[in-house]
Amino acid sequence: MSVDRAAIGDLYAEYGALLDAGDYDAWVGLFAATSSYYVVPRENEVQGLPAALVFCDSRAVLEDRIQALREANKYNIHHDRHLIGLLRILGEDGGIVTVEAPFAVYQTDQEGATHLFATGLYRDRLVSEGGRLKIREKRVLLDTFAVPTLLATPL
Amino acid sequence: MAGIDAAIWPALDYSRVPYRLYHDADIYEREQERIFRGPAWNYLLLDAEIPNPGDFRATVVGETPVIVNRDRDGGVHAFVNRCAHRGALVRRELSGNATEHVCLYHQWCYGLNGGLTAIPFRRGVRGKGGLDPGFDMGEHGLRRLRVGSVNGAVFGTMSDAAEPLEDYLGAPVLGHIRRLLDRPVRVLGYNRQRIRANWKLYAENTRDNYHASLLHEFLVTFGLDRATQVGGVKMDARHRHNITWAEAESDTAEIARGAYNNARVRNDYLSLREPALVAFLPDREDRLNIAVTSVFPSSVFVQISNSLAVRQIRPRGLDEVEVYQTMLGYADDPPEMTLHRLRQANLVGPAGLVSMEDGEAIELVHHASKPDADRATVIELGGAGVISDRDYRVTDVPLRGFWSYYAELLGIEPAGAIR
Repeated sequence: MSVDRAAIGDLYAEYGALLDAGDYDAWVGLFAATSSYYVVPRENEVQGLPAALVFCDSRAVLEDRIQALREANKYNIHHDRHLIGLLRILGEDGGIVTVEAPFAVYQTDQEGATHLFATGLYRDRLVSEGGRLKIREKRVLLDTFAVPTLLATPL
Repeated sequence: MAGIDAAIWPALDYSRVPYRLYHDADIYEREQERIFRGPAWNYLLLDAEIPNPGDFRATVVGETPVIVNRDRDGGVHAFVNRCAHRGALVRRELSGNATEHVCLYHQWCYGLNGGLTAIPFRRGVRGKGGLDPGFDMGEHGLRRLRVGSVNGAVFGTMSDAAEPLEDYLGAPVLGHIRRLLDRPVRVLGYNRQRIRANWKLYAENTRDNYHASLLHEFLVTFGLDRATQVGGVKMDARHRHNITWAEAESDTAEIARGAYNNARVRNDYLSLREPALVAFLPDREDRLNIAVTSVFPSSVFVQISNSLAVRQIRPRGLDEVEVYQTMLGYADDPPEMTLHRLRQANLVGPAGLVSMEDGEAIELVHHASKPDADRATVIELGGAGVISDRDYRVTDVPLRGFWSYYAELLGIEPAGAIR
């Protein structure tokens, strides 16, 4: 797989837009059939500890979390805005492209007050599947690991 | 503390809690003095977090910063992380290994037992300056805490008046901590959340059984925990702590559907694509799949299915609390069991499928109760009056136990109060 910067950029633009629109089913569709998604507190990463806030070691767990978000979980009523920074493409090996990108997520409440919810770094592995670029693994390294209130909608 | 006395309680059984108790700065100061610096025992950390000589870790008692470290002989010491000289935070790192603790400001140096060992320019320079020869270094160490431990859970108190730790905890709580920590543990990681609410709202929340299967709909929807299971609440003799417990697979879907009148109540895990998220693999003989032990004032020992943790409630001023959670497995867990626990860590913490709602719920209380300090919450599930154990979980009686001991420590217990 050759590295197509424009296609990678489009994937990240789509990623943020779908989350901010609350279209979580379409968002899950950006992941490969075999894929994983983790939200890892930076302090655990630094200490080499395996626990994550969100630990989806398969696409099935990720889909379960989205089902729970829709059917069971209750959380602060808000709107998300993802700002995803410049992509750092680290290389391609055996059809897997490794990419890093810094991000910030702002939350805005029902009365229009905005606060910075989280900053961090995406550390991702992408693959080509069915002619489209998909996420094989996404590790969200969370700088803001003192999570304000709760983490419900995906980062 | 003008105006705050025993008359603040509308009811002698603590079934009414005035909103003022969550929002008054004088009360907050008195809590720091009489609870956290008073005769309560506070969870500090786990032995397993400082396994080697020289290992240290920062923790808190209320808002007071505390360092816990292990000395060369293996002994565990805890002391206030504040220089005896000018009051600066001595150890800035949250964890590490050291042979001494040196204050950044003037390099006063403390040993692993908290004693003051060296002062720069103590004799001055060229015979001038420095400290008076009569200055007693032995009287200027870091303020030491009494420490005690239960199966590797280390507690500390700043009060000489505190009763022995085992008496403070009482037999039921001791039994549950020993059960959870019945073999060496492995720390899997940490999670933290900052909730914009008074710390006591979180302490109440962990004792509030009534909310669990109502607020946390995931529990019921996916058959993990329901009020229809065999379960209950058990307190120590003074009713300051509480154990919430439930037995796995002790009800049926039919019973649950009738009780919740909810078609979404399911008996199986088939609606989940990954049933391991809620599958319970017993770690021991008993059938408990829920065991949540709240220790006054600020710690919670938690088993929810196979996710194991200790939570520390860290007050951060009147209007904010940090919940600091240490996720655990056992040192002898095979790799597949560690993976199972990491998966089930999805259930708890700030992003927890059965816990994320707590942050939202107590913020709603804190926000809406603030402007009207003289009104009060109602605590009557499971009945008002006497405070005692229940063999069911549609109850919030343990909250009244919490407030009873709270009132005693703050010196605002009314005459004739129900304990």
